[in-house]
Amino acid sequence: MGRGLVTAIGLILLWEAATHLLGLPPYILPAPSQVATALWLRGEVLAHHALITATEIAIGLVVGVALGTGTALLVVRSPLARRWLMPVVIASQAIPVFALAPLLVLWFGYGLASKIVMAALVIYFPVAAAFFDGLRTTPPAWIELARTMGASDGAILWRLRLPAALPALAQGLRIAAAVAPIGAVIGEWVGSGAGLGFLMLHANGRMQIDLLFAALVVLAAMAITLYYGLDAILRRLVQWQPETLGRSR
Amino acid sequence: MRDSAPDIRLERAGVAFDGQTLFRGLDLVLEGGRWTCLLGPSGVGKSTLLRLVADLVPGAPDGRVTAGDGGPVAGRVAFMAQQDLLLPWLDARGNVLLGQRLRGEKPDTARAETLLADLGLAQATQLRPAAMSGGMRQRVALARTLMEDRPIVLMDEPFAAVDAVTRLRLQALAAERLAGRTVLLVTHDPLEALRLGHVVHVMTGRPARLSDPIRPPGTPLRPVDDPALLALQGELLRRLAEDAE
Repeated sequence: MGRGLVTAIGLILLWEAATHLLGLPPYILPAPSQVATALWLRGEVLAHHALITATEIAIGLVVGVALGTGTALLVVRSPLARRWLMPVVIASQAIPVFALAPLLVLWFGYGLASKIVMAALVIYFPVAAAFFDGLRTTPPAWIELARTMGASDGAILWRLRLPAALPALAQGLRIAAAVAPIGAVIGEWVGSGAGLGFLMLHANGRMQIDLLFAALVVLAAMAITLYYGLDAILRRLVQWQPETLGRSR
Repeated sequence: MRDSAPDIRLERAGVAFDGQTLFRGLDLVLEGGRWTCLLGPSGVGKSTLLRLVADLVPGAPDGRVTAGDGGPVAGRVAFMAQQDLLLPWLDARGNVLLGQRLRGEKPDTARAETLLADLGLAQATQLRPAAMSGGMRQRVALARTLMEDRPIVLMDEPFAAVDAVTRLRLQALAAERLAGRTVLLVTHDPLEALRLGHVVHVMTGRPARLSDPIRPPGTPLRPVDDPALLALQGELLRRLAEDAE
């Protein structure tokens, strides 16, 4: 983390020096100091749009995670659902979700709903796949032990398979946190009246490249905060996860 | 209160995997309240025979498993495996209480703590498995087995994964704590079988056969340096080696 910060600061200094030395116009590449000024002067506008994007991401995450975990639980409990639903879910991943954005705007409008659906769609599959994988790979010996103890299928799912699948779900949630902002911003690019993606397009059209960069900085800060915040919570909740999973990133 | 430990009879037991017969037509009696040890090389089918008693063999294996008192076998069996099978997200106490929690019963925390303390784990009740040694983990697994308080106990090489000294200690603990129950212990260690068993059967061949019962002199828990026991161990090792050839 510390080294990453030093590298980032080094790159920003290099960027600042390059814009001055090469004499690049601000409408091509503004200097970091100009981006910082835009951040400061347009803070209120940025905060307004950031709040909208953050809302889309948060609701998209809740909906996507709920649908993903629900699907995994359903297909694990029901062989019928596994046979009929899983092939469709897997095949659906061949469709580039971002290509659906125009349709989603058409169906759900220019407001929050289309962006929430977009974010939920990109989150859904990694969560469903990771959780399903975790649920079906419970060590068989644990399940046998539980059976000799007289456990019902429901108790085995709730007390054994579910906690055993939490490290896998946590990996799915980390991927979800990384892709959720992408989903929301793509939705905003295709059609919206607000949000950081909208602000970026708007600023681009008006040659306000410093504002575009400022919006990008806010978006990156949001995405990084979301990822590391979620990661910290998951590490705390799944402290017992095997070392290999804990170190896999 | 635990009911009395019944005889368990396996009649004409047979299991085949992928068209290969592991054993067929096997008869075995586990005497009520006594330790029966099943000795044999790895892969001969000992664990499968034990799993047959526990009703854990998939498909429809041949044969019948009945209890001498006419009651059901299912629901009266406690199972202890080579791996401790402790759940990594539960502490020692939580693992001991697993059976009660799975059955939706009120967890008897006091009894779990007493059992852990009896097995020398009073300070470890809140430790997770990752923080325990192999010996500690296996003692927690023994406490979990005892917590179930079943008259029939099936043990599948439960001490194979620990060092020799720990193994001797665990054997002593198990012999003391499981006295009076119908125990089937599967092992590939002749000394362990002779030390703990009232009756020892040797399982060899493919399809596997069971030897006539061997009744080591004296009563379990026999001393490891007993000359008679060591002589018998040598004989059993010779028999296993001959079978391997």
